[in-house]
Amino acid sequence: MIVKRNPLNWAERLYLPAVWNGFKVTLRHFFRRKVTMQYPEERWVVPQAYRGAPYLVRDQNGNTKCVSCQLCEFVCPPKAISITPPGPDGPPADRRNAEKMPLEFKINMLRCIFCGLCEEVCPEEAIFLKRDYALVGTNRQEMVYARDKLLELGGTHQDHILKWERMEREAAAQEP
Amino acid sequence: MTPTHPPSGMARESASSFRHEVSGSSSTALGSPSTPPADAIVVTVNGQKVVVPRLMPDWTGKLAPTTMLQACAAAKVDVPFYCYHPRLPVAGNCRMCLVEYGTPVLGPDRHAVRGPDGELVINKSPRPAIACATPITSGMAIYTDTPGVKRMREGVLEFLLANHPLDCPICDKAGECRLQEYSVDYGESASRFVETKVHKPKQVDIGPRIVLDDERCILCTRCIRFTRDLVGDDALGIVNRGSYSTLTHYPGRPFDNNYSLNTVDLCPVGALTSKDFRFQMRVWFLKETKGVCTSCGTGCNILIGSRENRVLRYTPRDNGAVNGSWMCDTGRLNYKWIHRPDRIVKLGGSRLPAPAWPAALAAVASALRNAPPSSVAIVASARQTNEELYLLRKLAQRLGAVSDSVPRSGEPDRWLVSADRNPNSAGARLFGLAADPMGSNVPRFAQGIRTGSLKTLLVFGEDVTRCGLGADLLAKLETLIVSDVLPNPTTALAHHLLPGCAAVEKRGSFTNVHGRVQRVFAAIDPPGDARPEWEFLRDLVMALTGHAFPDTIEGLFNQMAGDVPALHGLEWAALGDAGLTVPMQSRTPDNEPR
Repeated sequence: MIVKRNPLNWAERLYLPAVWNGFKVTLRHFFRRKVTMQYPEERWVVPQAYRGAPYLVRDQNGNTKCVSCQLCEFVCPPKAISITPPGPDGPPADRRNAEKMPLEFKINMLRCIFCGLCEEVCPEEAIFLKRDYALVGTNRQEMVYARDKLLELGGTHQDHILKWERMEREAAAQEP
Repeated sequence: MTPTHPPSGMARESASSFRHEVSGSSSTALGSPSTPPADAIVVTVNGQKVVVPRLMPDWTGKLAPTTMLQACAAAKVDVPFYCYHPRLPVAGNCRMCLVEYGTPVLGPDRHAVRGPDGELVINKSPRPAIACATPITSGMAIYTDTPGVKRMREGVLEFLLANHPLDCPICDKAGECRLQEYSVDYGESASRFVETKVHKPKQVDIGPRIVLDDERCILCTRCIRFTRDLVGDDALGIVNRGSYSTLTHYPGRPFDNNYSLNTVDLCPVGALTSKDFRFQMRVWFLKETKGVCTSCGTGCNILIGSRENRVLRYTPRDNGAVNGSWMCDTGRLNYKWIHRPDRIVKLGGSRLPAPAWPAALAAVASALRNAPPSSVAIVASARQTNEELYLLRKLAQRLGAVSDSVPRSGEPDRWLVSADRNPNSAGARLFGLAADPMGSNVPRFAQGIRTGSLKTLLVFGEDVTRCGLGADLLAKLETLIVSDVLPNPTTALAHHLLPGCAAVEKRGSFTNVHGRVQRVFAAIDPPGDARPEWEFLRDLVMALTGHAFPDTIEGLFNQMAGDVPALHGLEWAALGDAGLTVPMQSRTPDNEPR
């Protein structure tokens, strides 16, 4: 396709009107509300449903919710999660009747693609994609988050069901 | 919780293997029922005609009237079941296999009435029947896909799940649980149960190797029947009634027989779990490799469950000719040594020229080449594979060496545990490496070393200091070549130490006490420098004899089968999963055919 180009008239060839129009745009934005943030001093507060880094949570009683069922490890598309189950001689779980919790739980944040399948598959509501989006580390090892770090970053999740506690109450009520 | 790729082991006694078992008979689907054989019955399964034998083997192997379940399996129609097991007595208590059926209408002349289309007129029974315990009759019609059957299955599952704790996230059975599978396949999507569940004892220690969770139990009594009728140890039973029925062991008598872990495989749910495998790994991560147990001469077929180069469990693999669906606890738990931290993972010995295989093998070959004939002896191990023993035999022939292997025996039981604790004594005898009786040459070796006529000794996988060749004698040898997996006093004295492999780290075949040749496959990689013995033995034999040998285990086996008269006609591929039996040259009391 041939684009026909009209020759510039003398005002256009002077360039000054164009320069003036440019200044007008700049001047208009100068008095508007600023949208640029002074990252990293200023951080964007992401929406509640944002899919940031996956962290482990504790319930309101301070118990680790994860029971190391390893479904997130199974479903994780980039294989970022690796869980070490407690084995037969592992330490007791926070909730006695939940029987187990992970001995180690590692998420390689360099591998994680923040897809949220781990949160979706978790039968215990123990892992959530939180709102952290800027993860930094000075080497690769630092970017593999271990269990205790994940629990600390994840904080507390208000669990309205508390099924293990409910099952324990029920069982205690049926004791002869 | 339903993983998308359950491991294949869970289908051990399920319809697929079971179907294979029963359809191995002469049952065929025929278009016309006009001329069934005299000992056969024509039945209709979901409108499809099948001819099945009138009698089929029951759990003991005796002929019994064919059941509807066997007829459905012959018709390749899946019928779900919990309490039924092809190798256990029928109990018929789970009701999962309920089907609808009908029988031919009989006319006044007591003959079946045929409709205008020539087909039998069926009088459908008003009540369903359990397929596992109802014998078929001629002309019977079985329906497994009617709305009624669907509702019955949903109802049974709803009852089973009423008091089930649904703690799949912490249940070791998850992924190979029949309750999970059938809930997905046949159950309703949502629960209607709003009452409080009955709580029963959890984490009950019923024996040294088993943990019982009574809430998960669906009272199928498979474990009770197994231990009572197959093992002969009447250790388990059900107490209380109704929804309070509880599986338990007899007070003061732990469930500790040597076959107790089979109940873990048998349990269709997670009520009985293994203490050894408890919380080790979710089963859907396990890679399952076909192998053979090497703890005794029976050679029970096993599945090796491993993940990330670590063996996590053995489970029995179905083989009616060897071990049925079972294995003993001793053999099942005998895998931990594979991952012992002190394993020999580096080439060693006091005369190792360089820490690399080519240099080490060249040094061994030159030591053997310079050895005068009849100054060499070989102690082979009856724990080695047939291929390795064959290559050792070639080596012994080339060197003019005397050979023997070390017998290992223990207390046999009446079932699977053999008195011969070597997995391949038959192979050692077959290839002429073992003296008769096995081990009788070893004192002659000691004498030879003492007099100085025996200067070079090759030891494979045995600690000879424990059978008469003490450290003082070994120190007199000019050359001591040792290959082993774990360190022992013999490996400490070796001039050339070649790290070998466990049976789960290599391919090959074993010959059990009954002469059955069975294949094993590599489940994990050998650690460090360790190499499968047949690989470096092949290199060594080729360097010494100048003959070429195949560099695959298939080729080596096929060459061996052509070379060794006892194995004539065998082929690696033809061995299949179940193995093949070869005639044994000599019979010991332990290898009498069953």
